[in-house]
Amino acid sequence: MNTPQTLLSIRNVGKHFGGLHVLQDVSFEVPAGGIYGLIGPNGAGKTTVFNLVTGLLAPSSGTIEFQGESLVGLPPHQITHRGIARTFQNIRIFKEMSLLENVMIGMHEHLKYGAGGIFFNSSACRAAEKRARERAFELLSWLGLEHKAAMLADNLSYGDQRKLEFARALATEPKLLLLDEPVAGMNPSEKTLLMEEIINIRNRGYGVFMIEHDMRFVMGLCDRIAVLNFGRIIAEGSPDEVRNNQEVIEAYLGREEEAA
Amino acid sequence: MLEQQLLNALTLGSVYALFALGFTLVFGVLAVINLSHGAIFMVGSYAALWLVSHLDAPLWLAMLGAMLLSGTLGLLVDVLILKPLRARNAPHLTPMIATIGVGIMLTSAAQGMFGAEVLRFPEETLPAGEFIVGGVHVRALEIAIVAIAFILMAVLFTALKRTQLGRALRAIAESPKAASLLGINVEGLFHVTSFVAAALGGIAGVLIGLDFNAITPQMGQPMLHKGLAVIILGGMGDIRGALIGGLFLGFAEVISKAYLSSQMGDAVAFGLLFLILLVRPSGLFGRVLERKA
Amino acid sequence: MEWFNDFWSTYSTLVFSVGVHALLALSIWLTLSCGLLSLANAAFMGIGAYVSALLTLQLGWSFPLVLLTGGIAPAVVALLIGAPVLRLSGVYLAMATLAFGEVVRITVLNLEITGGPEGLNGIPLETEGWHIAALLALTIYGLARLRRSKVGRAFEAIKEDEVAARLMGINVDRYKLLAFTLGSFIAGVAGALNAHFTFFISPREYGFEAAVDILTMAVLGGISSLIGPLLGSSIITLLPELLRSLHDYRSFVNGAVLVLVVLFLPKGLWDPRRFRKWFGKAKGAEA
Ligand SMILES: Nc1ncnc2c1ncn2[C@@H]1O[C@H](COP(=O)(O)OP(=O)(O)OP(=O)(O)O)[C@@H](O)[C@H]1O
Ligand SMILES: [Mg+2]
Repeated sequence: MNTPQTLLSIRNVGKHFGGLHVLQDVSFEVPAGGIYGLIGPNGAGKTTVFNLVTGLLAPSSGTIEFQGESLVGLPPHQITHRGIARTFQNIRIFKEMSLLENVMIGMHEHLKYGAGGIFFNSSACRAAEKRARERAFELLSWLGLEHKAAMLADNLSYGDQRKLEFARALATEPKLLLLDEPVAGMNPSEKTLLMEEIINIRNRGYGVFMIEHDMRFVMGLCDRIAVLNFGRIIAEGSPDEVRNNQEVIEAYLGREEEAA
Repeated sequence: MLEQQLLNALTLGSVYALFALGFTLVFGVLAVINLSHGAIFMVGSYAALWLVSHLDAPLWLAMLGAMLLSGTLGLLVDVLILKPLRARNAPHLTPMIATIGVGIMLTSAAQGMFGAEVLRFPEETLPAGEFIVGGVHVRALEIAIVAIAFILMAVLFTALKRTQLGRALRAIAESPKAASLLGINVEGLFHVTSFVAAALGGIAGVLIGLDFNAITPQMGQPMLHKGLAVIILGGMGDIRGALIGGLFLGFAEVISKAYLSSQMGDAVAFGLLFLILLVRPSGLFGRVLERKA
Repeated sequence: MEWFNDFWSTYSTLVFSVGVHALLALSIWLTLSCGLLSLANAAFMGIGAYVSALLTLQLGWSFPLVLLTGGIAPAVVALLIGAPVLRLSGVYLAMATLAFGEVVRITVLNLEITGGPEGLNGIPLETEGWHIAALLALTIYGLARLRRSKVGRAFEAIKEDEVAARLMGINVDRYKLLAFTLGSFIAGVAGALNAHFTFFISPREYGFEAAVDILTMAVLGGISSLIGPLLGSSIITLLPELLRSLHDYRSFVNGAVLVLVVLFLPKGLWDPRRFRKWFGKAKGAEA
């Protein structure tokens, strides 16, 4: 059902690379507002879902709609313009740029001035740049990074790099923010801090759709969760429903036994 | 006359293939476009000439010497330039730019040492003899060139296919990281590859020098461009592709020179190259050795 | 004034060359700043030189119009080949642009209207010092403005991480095409200026070696700011004059410069970050 409440809807999506079927008949809907979680074991196909949504990959079958409009076939930058931003599992900030510049990259589409404005340094151009800088500072301050604005991103700690990625993604003024394992590789106290940032972002009215590995972490954070295993959705619902789902328990227990 | 042209094409094509083989080997194994390969080809030519005319060496010995010298140069380029770049994980275009510099240095050095004028092998050192087969004039020299080129290529193919070394090289071409995890001495094999590739380039230089009997400091550059055309035609890093591509270019060039204009031969090569890059960057015949990051 | 006239009559060509080479270095800086290694700029310069010279010689167009057309002609070519060529990346792009350069050179070599291998002779000497100075200043100003705008930031982002740039909403293909085309325009204007002070042009000047020279200027100077290419082009132009005694080995030095810079100064001579480090250290030592 495509209720007005639905932001992103993925229907019967399949993706294969040659003979490798990475996703099969994946369907779920991310509602507006709140935090939606996508979990699953290593290699389940979670990142691939993000790559399909953001247009880096094209689905082999199925439809992906955002606010009722199909995203399939759109180039990534246009999907960003529609209001979807993302972070990456292995951080991809612009290391040779300052934090401020990183965030201003995210604002690219919202800076409305042309060649003439650039060349003659028109007042409109200057004003737009000034506004963008102020907004960038504001976004950095949301994440407590404003005092590092002039620093080179390369010199940031791992945790701060994650935060910078958040700020840069928010700079595109998204309606939905996709976070790919935002707390991977962090210690528990860092995780808690970043979790608070995610809650803050949600409270500011952004929709959040996040991939996470750590079941416990996700249970406390998300309003709804989809579970992906070997490219198929095996459960979808509230944290409680998912927690008690037999298939999910098996998928995760099975994995833990393997690991043990 | 067509048969005559075909013979010319075969001679030229086999040397192109030999040259391109070294070129593509380096790309396949080291993932570097070595733009000094043309200059090394030229050095091979001068080395043989020098050995023949100054030390009165017999031609076969001069060829061996040329291979040794150009191989050593290739090895030095790898050890002194490419290795430090690998060590600091330089962006992948950096080594290519460095090898452009090496090419300029070698060309300029040759010009300083031997002058810009065309040098020739002394008449008496060239294998004499010419016979007529079915109306085609066949020079003993041409037979020798084709034979040497094909023997060397056969040796290389067998080595790559059948020996431990060849298997190791193919593993590196797939993924240097995985290869080193398997206990393969990746750096050592990079050196070996650089030596062998440059030696092949050097001998190709001798053969072209003999075929046209004209050696100049600038001779490496058109060859370099043709080598590029060949390996793009055949698929970068593809050994078999280089052989087919080299022969193909030899024929395309000779035929278009014979039936169009002499300059058009080159235009055809590059026009083809340009189009193939646009339409099918993985090459006409080959598959690319794709490398996972 | 006497000494100036003496100086000018001896060195004016050299000063002109420095200016033209600076334009060329800036033209490749533009593509490099977007992460594209294009070796087509010498060919674009050649197109600009030939088109402008022919317009002057055959149609007697006025010089300003000739200069403009000298820029527009290669830009149109760049626009046409840009879409397919810029799909390639890294080594493949370098090879494709190199091949394109050869196609252009060989075409010019074989056309009748371009004078074949002999080239074009007797091009009127229209370029004056202030033309070059003014156009160079304009280019520097324009590029400096560009760098500070969203466009410059987009270039930088594309250079660092194309995928991340796309996902930040940047239309990467369009900006690459912009850098490529604008670069070809500048190279074309440089070619037109050059043609109208050297009296004579031939295909030899626009081949692979010229492409490498242009690249060397940018690599030597460094591409992290506009000063790099200006510095690099000045050095590469003046070096041969300073090394006259080395006559036969002059280009050897060029090659060695390229190798040494790549090995030891990966960001080129003008590297603000390194300066800051030095400066910071000096301050630390004082304290
Ligand atoms: N571009 C691609 N080409 C080929 N195979 C791919 C590609 N992208 C992903 N895969 C494969 O698809 C499968 C799922 O990958 P994906 O990255 O989506 O998993 P994931 O759930 O995000 O795993 P992880 O928890 O490790 O991040 C893997 O087997 C991967 O090798
Ligand atoms: Mg993943």
